[in-house]
Amino acid sequence: MADPAPIIRLRGVTKRYPGIVANDSIDMEFRQGEVHVLLGENGAGKSTLVSMLAGLQQPDEGVIEVEGVPTALSSPERALELGISTVFQHSMLVPTLTLAENAALGGRWWRNPDRRGHEARMAETAARIGVVLTPSALTGSLSLGERQQAEIVRALMRGARFLILDEATAMLTPHDAAGLGQLMRRLASEGVAVVFITHKLNEAIEYGDRVSVLRLGRKVGGIAPEEMRALTPRAATERIVHLMFGAQDAAVAAVAPPPVGADAPVVLECLALHVADATVPVSAINLTVAAAEILGIAGIDGNGQKELAEAIAGQRPISSGRIRLDGAFIDGLDVGGRRRAGLRYVTDDRLGEGTVGGFPVSINLLLKQIGDPPFWQGGIERPAKIDENARALVKAFDIRTPSIHTPAGKLSGGNIQKLLLARELTGSARAVIFAKPTYGLDLQNIAATRRRIREAAGRGCAAIVISTELDELLELAHRIAVMSQGRIVGVVPNDADARRRIGELMSGVAA
Amino acid sequence: MTTETTNLTSGGLPPRLRAALATAGLSLGPMIGAFVLSGLVLLLMKVNPFDYYGYVFQRGLLSPSGVQATLTRMGPLLLLAASLIVAFRAGLWNLGGDAQFLMGAVFVAAWAPLMVQHLPVWLVLVLSMLVSVVIGAIWGLLPAILRAYQGINEIITTLMMNFLGISLSSALVKLVFADPDTTVPQTRTLPVGDRLPVLFGSNVSSGLVIGLVVILAVHWMMTRTAFGLKLRVVGANPEAATHAGLSVPKLTLAVFAISAGLGGLAGAVAILGQYGNVRADWNPAYAFTIVPLVFLARFNGYAAIGYVFLFSALGIGSESAARRLDVPNYFTLVTVALLLVLLAVTERWAALRRARKGV
Repeated sequence: MADPAPIIRLRGVTKRYPGIVANDSIDMEFRQGEVHVLLGENGAGKSTLVSMLAGLQQPDEGVIEVEGVPTALSSPERALELGISTVFQHSMLVPTLTLAENAALGGRWWRNPDRRGHEARMAETAARIGVVLTPSALTGSLSLGERQQAEIVRALMRGARFLILDEATAMLTPHDAAGLGQLMRRLASEGVAVVFITHKLNEAIEYGDRVSVLRLGRKVGGIAPEEMRALTPRAATERIVHLMFGAQDAAVAAVAPPPVGADAPVVLECLALHVADATVPVSAINLTVAAAEILGIAGIDGNGQKELAEAIAGQRPISSGRIRLDGAFIDGLDVGGRRRAGLRYVTDDRLGEGTVGGFPVSINLLLKQIGDPPFWQGGIERPAKIDENARALVKAFDIRTPSIHTPAGKLSGGNIQKLLLARELTGSARAVIFAKPTYGLDLQNIAATRRRIREAAGRGCAAIVISTELDELLELAHRIAVMSQGRIVGVVPNDADARRRIGELMSGVAA
Repeated sequence: MTTETTNLTSGGLPPRLRAALATAGLSLGPMIGAFVLSGLVLLLMKVNPFDYYGYVFQRGLLSPSGVQATLTRMGPLLLLAASLIVAFRAGLWNLGGDAQFLMGAVFVAAWAPLMVQHLPVWLVLVLSMLVSVVIGAIWGLLPAILRAYQGINEIITTLMMNFLGISLSSALVKLVFADPDTTVPQTRTLPVGDRLPVLFGSNVSSGLVIGLVVILAVHWMMTRTAFGLKLRVVGANPEAATHAGLSVPKLTLAVFAISAGLGGLAGAVAILGQYGNVRADWNPAYAFTIVPLVFLARFNGYAAIGYVFLFSALGIGSESAARRLDVPNYFTLVTVALLLVLLAVTERWAALRRARKGV
């Protein structure tokens, strides 16, 4: 086992942003000839890690060693000099230039690039790693998969020894993704160190030599190469699912809520719901949620949860199927109509769509009731009523804000979530969809948010909680549905056996 | 701004007054700077800046006939400012104001002189303004539909509609609406007695009152009504608008209808109050010159009135100064452009200062 020193080693690398620790003392090593897969949910800290390796960000603590020497990757140019190249999900090639011209970019500006020479070198490099490409082809005429292969070839032409593929397969067709996977294997056999970031477990297992799992900024575990070879794909999947979603705090043993009585009236029903979408079509969703019941929806991010929530809320058109609330069909209503019927949606995109950052807290609290009395009379605002409402909600939901006139965008993440909860949970809510309700919050706000969800259910609301944190669902939900590739692959009651069964459903064992 | 001033330790002035002074300084400083810099440009042109600005202000602000001309010109300019405020606050960059203005003007100039022979004058004036609103709105319809339902950038489409609209109005004047009694390609002329009434025995057209009423109404609508708030939500964050259940396409159509309609109305007020007819080659390009003023006013109706007054006075005055000192009319635009640049610089500087104080 006389392995050479790892080409790059991270020692205790920490990166903080205001209010959040994006990477918390990460130790990791990347070796030549290895495909090292980085797994983790959105927000787990993969992008931050990549941006530090690419020289875009500097660690606050810890060191990055390049071949055993602590090195400051102070700029992207410096990282490139050291042979560190990154291929992103979206192509970084200029579509109106040929592949060879793209490869020639970055030369001295006064020098006329030697197009023929670049074409020859590109063809040669491509042939070496078994990629078929035409250097004189116009980039815009190629598929995304071909462009990414060209980007990899370009990186190698520039002497890359360390290649980061940041969700490079996310936008590819299955055929192109498989091609990229095989290319990764060939690169590893050429001695390149490959870092592959993906959401897809099957790719991780098929192409990876080593797996590291990030969660909430920390490295929670991994699978070493020897172990990886010994495990069957299925066993490896289960290991990874366990790492990604397994209990992190045995102390906070989830006390599953008591089951809802069988006689509780059904409040929200989805009947054979289909939602057309280019990336994740949602199909054949049948769900019922009873009064006072919390239904969890588990699954890896990007498996149609957001699309489903938006379709129920009315933001996204349904291609077929029906939705019933308290027995009445609401699929013909628009967002406002569904809200008036009692349907509420707490979005996870709190700044992007949940609030208007530049508008005051008081207006954001009424964002879904603009024009409604008593806050507007005959379409004209009544500032006294608007402020009165804001003061009452700020107090009731403990929103920490300097003033009700402070722009909502200036609040912290936890307080913005409180603002959204205040907006959605007041009035006559009958059914509430919570999308990743504790994502990005600190512990105190997580606890406060979970309490609000329980209270809402306690008042007789039907609640749907979409979460990628299995522990959260085990703590909150009465039943848990597992969503994968736009389908509900199973619904299990939240009992002692739930964790194992959900893990099986996620890894496709029981599908 | 208030946070900045409370951090300053000097002085015993109450914070409100200090904040007001700071705001005034941030607005007046760039204005003085703009006059100084354009004065330097005048020096390069071998023109005495004091002479130049002396003539400008004497004519535009101090002579009775000049003030009246300044106020009369404000009418259409205020309507165009109102048109832009609605659109810009809703995040829609309607830059097609020139064509909307001209189309409104051409149709009114074609129809009003004929109708006064059959209908009471007041009715003709009211109907003419309605016609201009409808014509302007129609000219804004195509960019509106493309933006609302296809997501096509309205900057490009409204600019293209400008080329079409300016050429079409010229063609209409020459081919369809031409006055058969003259050899010059122009529409029939609305007799002076049948135009918008003048104010209190002066020569100021009541178009000024229409402009003031409309821009104040627009300001009130955007800041105080539910409809205006909905438009501002669409402008500030379209995703949030969709999430809150607002119909972004329908609101987009409404914004374009109002904005382009006001553009057309501005054309009508220019014809009915001031010009009386349209020549085939006429295009004052008011809408484009108003764009920087609306930005300077930060989409605020009251501030826009102030800037429009200043610009109008500079414009009228520079016409007089141009004749005497041989400085092109367009020199006013140099002053406005310098003002815009200096204001941006001041704003950036103030933001940096706030950032350094760690606010």
